[in-house]
Amino acid sequence: MRSKWSVIRGSSHGGAKRYARAVENQAVAPVEDETELIAALRAGDEAAFRALIAMYHAMLVRVARMYVSTQALAEEVAQETWLAVIEGIDRFEGRSSLKTWLFRILTNRAKTRGIREGRTLPFSSLEPADPAVESDRFNGADHNWPGHWAAPPRAFPEERLLAAETREVIEHAIAALPPTQRTVISLRDVEGWSAEEVCNALTLTETNQRVLLHRARSAVRAALEQYLDESES
Amino acid sequence: MSRSRDVTHSASTYEELSCVELVELITDYLEGALPEELRDRFDRHIGRCTGCSTYVAQMRATIEATGGLTPEALSPEAERGLLDAFRGWRQPAD
Repeated sequence: MRSKWSVIRGSSHGGAKRYARAVENQAVAPVEDETELIAALRAGDEAAFRALIAMYHAMLVRVARMYVSTQALAEEVAQETWLAVIEGIDRFEGRSSLKTWLFRILTNRAKTRGIREGRTLPFSSLEPADPAVESDRFNGADHNWPGHWAAPPRAFPEERLLAAETREVIEHAIAALPPTQRTVISLRDVEGWSAEEVCNALTLTETNQRVLLHRARSAVRAALEQYLDESES
Repeated sequence: MSRSRDVTHSASTYEELSCVELVELITDYLEGALPEELRDRFDRHIGRCTGCSTYVAQMRATIEATGGLTPEALSPEAERGLLDAFRGWRQPAD
């Protein structure tokens, strides 16, 4: 079946960002106009479904992984979510965005699975965190300027920020984060979701979303600083 | 929330922010979530403090560089599996 959604076919990596690029190039309609996408899904348009899984499947699995103990279980929950979407698309009333609806279905299912497994929910409490910057970088209480930089940061060399090796440093730093922080920074800063979308998808309060984002970004900044400083000197 | 010092509810709200406090407020600042009074103190601080204005620039650069990463891929196998399932769901054999 020929369809406007077929532009997504053959792309090599997933995510809303790629979709946004296609939108920019006017290859597909913006996702804000979901009516057509929903109509296509209802009609069984395979290309529309393909577009949707390219955008969201990897993130669904990642989000599910926060609630369940294994990757296989997370994949299973994501699969079930797609099944629920296909079965429920005729009843979807568009009161929320498709994305919000999709991730709500996923988190509900993943939570149920997680509880059955006897796991605690990932956002039920926030552990105390390490400071954003090592405390020995600041003056102690006995100093004339307590709490001010003892070892101030140096500007990042702009030309090195886009280097492949620098990207790897960022990727490793994100991979090393606790799953909740990793998910929040991936959705916000890699995939480009808004704070509101992340709160809705993960059923997080605004405050907790910001706390998790803060810890994640602070850790990535610290890793970048360490890498760039070491290789400068 | 666990912050080393809870500056948002400090009794002496007109006291200047210190650098160690600022680095914990930066995300709220960038997200536009700081109360006005605290945002003003933040702005005043980075206006005078080279270390902290560099820190804010580093954080902005970090966010931008993170935005340059490639979103996670959907493997061809996973896609194939889901599409097979889709065909089964929408078009039951007749």
